[in-house]
Amino acid sequence: MGYEAGQFDVIVIGAGHAGCEAALAAARMGCETLLLTINLDMVAFMPCNPSIGGPAKGHVVREIDALGGEMGRNIDRTFIQMRMLNTGKGPAVHALRAQADKFLYQHTMKKTIEETEHLTLRQGMAEELLVENGACVGVITKTGATYRAKTVVLTTGTYLRGKIIMGELMYESGPNNQQPSVRLSQSLKELGLELVRFKTGTPPRVHKDTIDFDKTEIQPGDENPKFFSFETEYSDNEQLPCWLTYTSEETHRIINDNLHRAPMFSGAIEGTGPRYCPSIEDKIVRFADKPKHQIFLEPEGKHTSEYYVQGLSTSMPEDVQLQILRSIPGLERVEMMRTGYAIEYDAVVPTQLWPSLETKVVPNLFTAGQINGTSGYEEAAGQGVMAGINAARKAQGKEPVIIERSQGYIGVLIDDLVTKGTSEPYRLLTSRAEYRLLLRHDNADLRLTPTGYEIGLIGEERYAKFQQKKQYVEEEIERLKSVKLKAEQPVQDMLAELGSAPLQFTTDALTLLRRPEVNYSHVERFVPSPVELTEDMKEQVEIQIKYAGYIEKQLIQVERLSKMEKKRIPDNIDYSDVHGLASEAKQKLTNIRPLSIGQASRISGVTPADISILLVYLEHYNRVTAARG
Amino acid sequence: MMNQDTIAAIATAVGEGGIAVIRVSGPGAVSESAKIFRSKSNIADASSHTVHYGHIVDPQTDEKVEEILLTVMRGPRSFTAEDVVELSTHGGVVAVKRVLELLLRQGGVRIAEPGEFTKRAFLNGRIDLAQAEAVIDLIRSKSDRAFSVAMKQAEGTLSKRVKALRHNLVELLAHIEVNIDYPEHDVAEMTSSYIREKSEEAVAEIDRLLKTASEGKILREGITTAIVGRPNVGKSSLLNALVQENKAIVTDIAGTTRDVIEEFVTLGGIPLRLLDTAGIRETTDVVEQIGVERSRAALTDADLILFVVNAAEPLQADDYKLIEQLGGRPVIVLLNKTDLPVVADTEELAARFKPESIVRLSVLQEQGLDQLEKVIADMFFGGELESADLTYVSNVRHIGLLHQAKQSLIDGMEATASGIPIDLVQIDVRTAWEQLGEVIGDSVAESLIDQIFSQFCLGK
Repeated sequence: MGYEAGQFDVIVIGAGHAGCEAALAAARMGCETLLLTINLDMVAFMPCNPSIGGPAKGHVVREIDALGGEMGRNIDRTFIQMRMLNTGKGPAVHALRAQADKFLYQHTMKKTIEETEHLTLRQGMAEELLVENGACVGVITKTGATYRAKTVVLTTGTYLRGKIIMGELMYESGPNNQQPSVRLSQSLKELGLELVRFKTGTPPRVHKDTIDFDKTEIQPGDENPKFFSFETEYSDNEQLPCWLTYTSEETHRIINDNLHRAPMFSGAIEGTGPRYCPSIEDKIVRFADKPKHQIFLEPEGKHTSEYYVQGLSTSMPEDVQLQILRSIPGLERVEMMRTGYAIEYDAVVPTQLWPSLETKVVPNLFTAGQINGTSGYEEAAGQGVMAGINAARKAQGKEPVIIERSQGYIGVLIDDLVTKGTSEPYRLLTSRAEYRLLLRHDNADLRLTPTGYEIGLIGEERYAKFQQKKQYVEEEIERLKSVKLKAEQPVQDMLAELGSAPLQFTTDALTLLRRPEVNYSHVERFVPSPVELTEDMKEQVEIQIKYAGYIEKQLIQVERLSKMEKKRIPDNIDYSDVHGLASEAKQKLTNIRPLSIGQASRISGVTPADISILLVYLEHYNRVTAARG
Repeated sequence: MMNQDTIAAIATAVGEGGIAVIRVSGPGAVSESAKIFRSKSNIADASSHTVHYGHIVDPQTDEKVEEILLTVMRGPRSFTAEDVVELSTHGGVVAVKRVLELLLRQGGVRIAEPGEFTKRAFLNGRIDLAQAEAVIDLIRSKSDRAFSVAMKQAEGTLSKRVKALRHNLVELLAHIEVNIDYPEHDVAEMTSSYIREKSEEAVAEIDRLLKTASEGKILREGITTAIVGRPNVGKSSLLNALVQENKAIVTDIAGTTRDVIEEFVTLGGIPLRLLDTAGIRETTDVVEQIGVERSRAALTDADLILFVVNAAEPLQADDYKLIEQLGGRPVIVLLNKTDLPVVADTEELAARFKPESIVRLSVLQEQGLDQLEKVIADMFFGGELESADLTYVSNVRHIGLLHQAKQSLIDGMEATASGIPIDLVQIDVRTAWEQLGEVIGDSVAESLIDQIFSQFCLGK
């Protein structure tokens, strides 16, 4: 009854945000790639909020773009609102956030996939992994098709043994009432992978015509929007506003009266939910003294009347959800179109992965996205692009590419997952990055375009443009060091106007630009650049000069630790054999099998003394190995 | 070479009299030492293996702190194969401590980890392969020892106050982080005046801690010395005799109400933390039993044990029990009451303990105390007693870290004042928080994330 359905280099299972990036990366690197999905209408679907970006997440989108991924380009084509957040703070935490036309977003992505060379998109439910000699060699679908490949990437999101919960109601389902994937979970367990049960949730959606917008505050987009992709220069997308309202005392009363029907508290939910994305009932119980909570009303697209009710994620019964909605100012007469729900699903314990995202127990099998215990489209896409790159490289017999923590949020994300694991769905935060000032969204292209180019996902034309930007920025900084501004009237007038102290002596432009009140446009008036610089380049020049002191401090830290990161640990090391290691360290190191001393030092329970001992052991090992020749 | 940073530690045992040597190793050894050293020649240009006479000077006040000899050894011709500087100061707790503190406060040197000089020597090829295992054992044992010392301190007042201080800072940090990671969330906007106010509070508390630290009230130091023996052999009289003559570093330490009496004395220049224990014997009395249990615990923790025996009586069953328990520990046997005829079986004791560690004395007639002093000094300088310098060094480390944390907060306040955005100021506050964490051996980034989610109600 089964049949041979084809031979590929790379198979990607699941066409969500991780799967799309993985498949596109692999195909663009020249691998014959199959992208399998349970339902072709769900490619790049946004089952939760119709938005992309924000702090840390927006940084990741720009990093994906610098690596030649698709998410940035796709959202630039399909946004219905663009806002730069945190503009009152330092440049490292400025963050772009877009509202997406969620239907246009998925259709645009689907079309890109369909038109990509070497990429086959097919509907099918993967049920079993094909393993020969311990290594993954393909997949068998529900319809009996056997697809073979050199490497397989699993990006199943919340579909694995998915279960939807609303109040007393509970049923097996993927997100948005899709078919769940039940048998694949079993197949993974049989291969020796440890799974955990996580939980997430989504709020109800309501009909636009039943919202009284007069009772809410308008939240418009930016007049001059910026974009995610380095390639996007212009957009004429019409922008739609979002709307802000708040929960009322009545809302809190309804929730408190119905807590006995809340699965979160009745014990019906067994999965661990994320703390940063609690349901409304959770918020009201844990922060009982907070009189009201923000609710954002967000349009889901131009050709739909559905509005997403941000801040109201809930698994309360349907009738209670409606009562809650109608207790909120502006929503008194609202019609609920989709009910909110909680969803439980299986995830792979991510410490079972190498930093390349390949599983340790099943060679040639990679996992990315929510299956690895993360949450968020951007976190998924970031892992997806890396898993796609590394699955393709493995199929091509090349070494994996690993982004360092000092190179990008993608590096922080993956290193955290594979080194420390996670006890709840993992969300990126800027505070997870120890080098936040280096990982700015304005320099994502400078940080990662060279890597994208080496991998082969960034073309010659874009790379040349990138190099030109880099060169112009460097030259402009050099120039500003040498040009002088005299303590003359026009300069003094400008400084007085800015509330900045007058110049005592002739000074160079760079020193002047270091003053917090002074920016590039002020300096430019007196000493304009001989070549035409784009706004992007000017911004870069200004940031690099203004924050040089802090940037330098972090660079020194990176430099200090880089030796640790570069010190490789041979993969055949037997930790039980390392005399002097504490037993907890032996066990953790054996489990994680870190690739470098740097990674080893980040494992919880491995002390500095253990690291010293490991260093001495490695030195001994290397000298003995060298002596043997 | 793995090590880019510069480390320092006291290389000699700590005590009064003689000299003490601080060893500094790493690329900054010479330049960092030069910051606090004044002499006729400039040591920055000094050639290898030269000795320089001069003064340690506090660069902030220009005050002369110590008169020292400084030796420069350039890598690879040194113990660690790195640039090494040795500062030879007058012996004694105060002098060497001040010099080390001053060096650490310059910011370019950190205190060495246990066994780190040896580790570096090995990694840089100065120690041969056959000794790898010995190097590992050294790191392991020193770390474990340092860990247990740190654990003891974790229960102390310093630790409580540092924890409170860190808690205030992590609340501030969480507030800053929420402003950054949830820009649209309705929490109060973080203002520079708020950061300033919180930082000032923290700096004031650090100043109070540093003041008490210099008075020696919090940072206890000394070899933990337990006085044990069965009841009425003269333990308390011994303690009183030692305290009366030598009462030195600190007194009035909380804890004296317990059944274990604690006193600090300096004996022959060596700081001791004396614990007078309840007499150890088999008993059915419940109250006495508690005292005996505590005495046993004190005995287990002690770095040095003074075992008092009544010379005027034959050895008894309780004596033998103690003798069993003391096997392998650093012990000095005190044959007390030698003003009376000696009937205790001294041959039995001589067979069980090292002959040089048995001291005859009479507390009543104040005889033999000099001999006790000498034996302790011999053991100390002979390397048999180790804890004191570990406790000691970790205290210097604490003071250094407190100074660094204070400086980080001041940097942060200056940055806010000049209009630097909060996410950059956060770097300074976070550094201070981490430095304070090192004082109590606790620094994990995850606890900040925990704080964010417990302090603020976030979500979609």
